[in-house]
Amino acid sequence: MYLSELGSRLLDGFLVTLQLLGWSALFATLIGTALGAFRVSPIRPLRALGTSYVNVFRNTPLVVLFIIAVFGLPVLGIFRGNFFWLAVVALSTYTAAFVCEVVRSGVNTVDIGQAEAARSIGMGFSSSLRQVIMPQAFRAVIPPLASVYIALAKNTSVAAAFGITEATFQLSGLQRDFASRLLFNFAGIALGYILIVAVISLTASRFERRVAVSR
Amino acid sequence: MRFTRTKAVVAAAGLALALAGCGEDGGGSSEYEVVENPEFEAGTSLAKFAEEGSITIGVKTDQPGIGFLEPGAEDPTGFDIEMGKIIAGQMGISADNITWKETVSDNREPFLQKGTVDLVLASYSIDDEERRNIVGQAGPYYVTGQQLLVAANDDSIGGPEDLDGKKVCSVTGSTSIETVEKEYGAKPIPFDTYSACVNQLQNGSVDAVTTDGAILLGYVAQDPENLKVVGPEFSEERYGIGFEKGDTAMCDFLKKEIEESYDNGTWEQAFKSTLGESGVETPEPPAVDDICFTD
Repeated sequence: MYLSELGSRLLDGFLVTLQLLGWSALFATLIGTALGAFRVSPIRPLRALGTSYVNVFRNTPLVVLFIIAVFGLPVLGIFRGNFFWLAVVALSTYTAAFVCEVVRSGVNTVDIGQAEAARSIGMGFSSSLRQVIMPQAFRAVIPPLASVYIALAKNTSVAAAFGITEATFQLSGLQRDFASRLLFNFAGIALGYILIVAVISLTASRFERRVAVSR
Repeated sequence: MRFTRTKAVVAAAGLALALAGCGEDGGGSSEYEVVENPEFEAGTSLAKFAEEGSITIGVKTDQPGIGFLEPGAEDPTGFDIEMGKIIAGQMGISADNITWKETVSDNREPFLQKGTVDLVLASYSIDDEERRNIVGQAGPYYVTGQQLLVAANDDSIGGPEDLDGKKVCSVTGSTSIETVEKEYGAKPIPFDTYSACVNQLQNGSVDAVTTDGAILLGYVAQDPENLKVVGPEFSEERYGIGFEKGDTAMCDFLKKEIEESYDNGTWEQAFKSTLGESGVETPEPPAVDDICFTD
């Protein structure tokens, strides 16, 4: 009876956690990659934009971003009452700053000679970035990017205090209804997060091996 | 010139009076009897607390009227706090020797089991099946019920049966949020405090806020133009005093002192100075259970 209840509640909770993780990872990657490209671009205002974004959002606590999104945006009529997308906004805004830095450091691992060679055969900034630099940078960014996604997976738990019935919310419910099974409740939740993190790191190491160059 | 100065003095005096008045609001600053040299059987926890002259009580700090810590204030106020003072007084412990420790719904049992707190008075619903297996609960000393807080201009919600598919906010881990989801098909919206929920109701993000009626009335008192409490009480929450499981001397003592507070008027005094401020009439005190924990 307890175990089936534990199972169904964990399933409910982690489904929401996974949805949060999926959408936030998607938007954070898109925004973060664009910002990373800004930071290495030859155009000064774009570089400044990328740098200030990272400085502002990487240095703001996630909870503060949640408060701004959940209490501020609805007042402006944005996503009013749509707590899921408000949480995705907060999580992606925050995580994009980290993705940006990962992308930038990845680009920096590519030898400058590659960029010069691309230039010398007449490629512009954007096509040399897309066809020469990024494919090589991709290799270097996989391990740190996996760390960013893992951090994001755990960060989704903050949403439990902002209207989302994800895994950590279910933990509170389990604590309320099955107070004497404290250890099982925690172990169940911990196992769920461990599984998610394990899948992310396993996928990352697969990818890493596939794109590795034999030296 | 002199006239201006007189006016200033009058204004200052008025301000001082107004400030003094503020402190009284729902705060419940009553004094209760402190027994001198109470006698308890040697070796019991009661004898220990009486000897040390101090006790640590776990209370809520985010529920106006029940257990609430004003920003900047040193000590919490509310009905639970008043009950704590009454009980401690009977152990010979004065109010200034009580250490108030914030407990949230999730950590009340662990705090009692580890001895972080000696007693819990934190809108602590008596739960015969689960909680009384691991902690002692004496009471109830107050019975309330779950109700709904909605926008004053919202006529679509008249009671819990109108909640199907509505967004209903309550605190993560509360019993209220489970009831509206499981029994009435509402979409639960969890936040970490009731005030955050009320804020979401005020900006139109959720349709209702639900918890014990007493707490909701406190919020209506703060914003009567925009908020109202609707519907009947659709659950029964029996607040009890939590303590370490197996402490039978404590169980007997608490049962006796809760009943004593009904008879000597201190219970009524505590209620009127806290929850009573929101306009609710003082109810009949509930009958105290015989048992405190399961064997």
